[in-house]
Amino acid sequence: MAAVSFLETRALSRRFGGLTAVDQVDFRLEPGEIRAVIGPNGAGKTTLVSMICGRVAPSDGAILFDGADITRQPPWERVARGIVYTFQITSVFRNLSCFENVALAAQRALTLGKAPWHAIDQAALTSAVTGALERVELHERSDTPAANLPYGHQRLLEVAMSLALKPKLLVLDEPTQGLSEAEITNFCKLVREIAADATILLIEHNMDVVMELAQRITVMNNGTILAEGTPAEITANPAVQQAYLGA
Amino acid sequence: MSLGPHLLLALMEGTVAAFVLALTALGLALVFGVMRIVNVAHGEFFMLGAVLAWAFAHLVGNPALGFLVAMIASPIIVGAAALAIDRLILRRFNYQPEATIVATIGLLYIIQQLVLIFYGPDARSVEAPINFRIQLPWFGYSGYKVIVAGIAALLLLATWYGIARTKLGLVMRATQFDSETAQAFGIPVDRVYAAVFALGAMLAAIAGVLIVPIKQAYYLMGLDPLLLSFIVVIIGGLGSLRGAIIAAFVIGISDGVISVFFSPNLSKILATLLVALVLIFRPEGLFAGRTR
Amino acid sequence: MQGSQHRALALHGGVLAILFLLQFVLPPYHHTNFTSIMVLATYGIGYNILIGYTGLLSLGHAMFFAAGLYAAGLTVHYFGIDPVSAFVCGAVAALVFATAVGLVALRTTGVSFMIVTMMFSQACFLLILYFNDVTRGDEGIVLSEAARQIGPLSLTNPTVRYNLALALFAGALALCFVLIRSRVGRVLVAIRENEERVKMLGYHTFRYKLLALALSGLLAGAAGAAYALMFGYVGATFASIEYSIYALLWVLLGGSGTILGPIVGALLMFYLVEWTSEVTESYRIVVGAALVLLTLFFPRGILGTLREKRLRWLP
Repeated sequence: MAAVSFLETRALSRRFGGLTAVDQVDFRLEPGEIRAVIGPNGAGKTTLVSMICGRVAPSDGAILFDGADITRQPPWERVARGIVYTFQITSVFRNLSCFENVALAAQRALTLGKAPWHAIDQAALTSAVTGALERVELHERSDTPAANLPYGHQRLLEVAMSLALKPKLLVLDEPTQGLSEAEITNFCKLVREIAADATILLIEHNMDVVMELAQRITVMNNGTILAEGTPAEITANPAVQQAYLGA
Repeated sequence: MSLGPHLLLALMEGTVAAFVLALTALGLALVFGVMRIVNVAHGEFFMLGAVLAWAFAHLVGNPALGFLVAMIASPIIVGAAALAIDRLILRRFNYQPEATIVATIGLLYIIQQLVLIFYGPDARSVEAPINFRIQLPWFGYSGYKVIVAGIAALLLLATWYGIARTKLGLVMRATQFDSETAQAFGIPVDRVYAAVFALGAMLAAIAGVLIVPIKQAYYLMGLDPLLLSFIVVIIGGLGSLRGAIIAAFVIGISDGVISVFFSPNLSKILATLLVALVLIFRPEGLFAGRTR
Repeated sequence: MQGSQHRALALHGGVLAILFLLQFVLPPYHHTNFTSIMVLATYGIGYNILIGYTGLLSLGHAMFFAAGLYAAGLTVHYFGIDPVSAFVCGAVAALVFATAVGLVALRTTGVSFMIVTMMFSQACFLLILYFNDVTRGDEGIVLSEAARQIGPLSLTNPTVRYNLALALFAGALALCFVLIRSRVGRVLVAIRENEERVKMLGYHTFRYKLLALALSGLLAGAAGAAYALMFGYVGATFASIEYSIYALLWVLLGGSGTILGPIVGALLMFYLVEWTSEVTESYRIVVGAALVLLTLFFPRGILGTLREKRLRWLP
């Protein structure tokens, strides 16, 4: 398998003072996958993912994306490469309307690689925003300030913003937390649609969602990868059962 | 006077100034360390201490007695004012840093102008409680200044002892470390904040009382100590008390020396630029030991 | 969205029209005051771009006003250049200075940024006093009337001054209006709301903040240059902390993050200070009280509160 992986980390580590949150992790992701990362609290999942997105700088190790070394790249350059992160704690712009929230993202996608003075076609912007809002079924709340949306819809708005950035790798950090059953079902459907065009990396605690969506699962514990495999393999793995699945 | 003695004089002056600065800056550092707010009106507490000292000296008549009364009464009055400010203003917006800075700027103006109204624009001197000179081979030096240094040193030690060894100090340190956990353990964070704010103000006020026989009491006198305290606290590392005291001596003495040999303005220019540069390039301060 | 845009344009155009017409009815004393207020409001608009729209609380903006003031004033005084060139000099000097300061200061945020800007500004003030030989420090330099002529128009003529001040103010207003409706403005407002999110949306936020600071400094410097040329006086007080606090006060009072906020605030404070100084020498107490009351009870200011309660479309 000499093929270049879509995303690869090599001996990636992150220490916070005396605490090693991520310990020399070698993680690979293939294009088109839906990969779930699971593990107990404090396993290092969010830290690993934050390093991949550029929110947190690694203490050691390297990150390669599509063959290029992105270890030192700041977050905005990674977005330009197509790595998009959706926050664990909803981080929409509360005082702006849904339209404005998504417009910020769509505007970025439309200006990537162009000169700063390049004028954006307003029609293109509007259609990109409306398109993203339609995919998450929020287009009717386009003018509502984000703060007035129920929590589940704010999560969807986050996803719409991510979609507007045309991700190649979409990172979802505990996206279903706080959603109702019905909302979760719709969400899974949405993720499967998105997976047609993008690779998805998903941190989740809700095992039903994980089993439903993931093609492969990575289990983390104490900053390292405990096991990797298909959902069936992972469920059967005794070490995983002991550490996490509540055996 | 040749260079040697001149330098010695500058060093002695600088040391006395450094002791007083250390007291003032310690107040500011405490408030920032525990409450995480910047009190821009801190210099006004210093000024109030000085002005009240003049008022007491004037009332009592006898300089030594007046000084004693002032040493006790000024801090109490200023401390009370600080408690009122904390309760009525700072607590209202929950010690939010940016709002606090704007509000304390407003307080700075209010306090200054009130003093201007009631005390007037003049600079008035107060007689020192003790008048003797220490005769050195090259010059005579004011004995009172030495006493100031002594008292300041005692107060610094007392504060250190209070914070490091007493239960109140422990409570303060716990609140500084993690106010949410402190609250969970039943520590009345609001009251701790009020006490710390008052203590900070009182330290500044005492510094003002000490300095007033040396410098005159005047409604704008709070601005220089404010700037210098800022510089000390930032360079010493925001929140580090030990760093603040060390920085106070470094800055107090160099300020003294530069002011004597060059222009006082130059010393201030260098100091303000130094603060800005430290904040930009070395935000932990130059003494990066976070703990006290 | 279109309706609110038209309303906004009508409102701002209306304000400019009223200001234009006022010059024919104002008695001379107030006529000069308004000239002054419009120039200072330009300074305020610049400051508002930084604090109201981008959310960067600077406590040292007077240094940019002073940069424009001194660049214009000193070039006229020492080199005898004409007012128009001096104005351009002042504005450009402030722009360059603001960019330089931004490159260093914008590495900090929040409280640190406030302190850093305050310190830089204080250092500038002290440097102006230090180089007393050139700047004549506190006493200031008076610019001769002869130097303040643009062709047949003299800058000492109230009508000329008023209309130039109005033009400057209108320009600042227009710049602000266009900026916040543009995509850059959208990003700046988002940075104010949640900078980290904006970074994760792919924006190099430092560049946007730098742009905001540069524009803000440009407007402040243009106001400073205009002030020097119109009123013929260049002094160190304009570089003091007090002038930075004034900008903060006008913006807070009028409404941080509203285009017309600065002029509302400047107008009110100007007259409040005037009336108070007739009664007492301690007029600054009003400044202090205003700051405290505003932060406690009225953080959105006049237009800000109005916008929140009733006029949602007010930009």
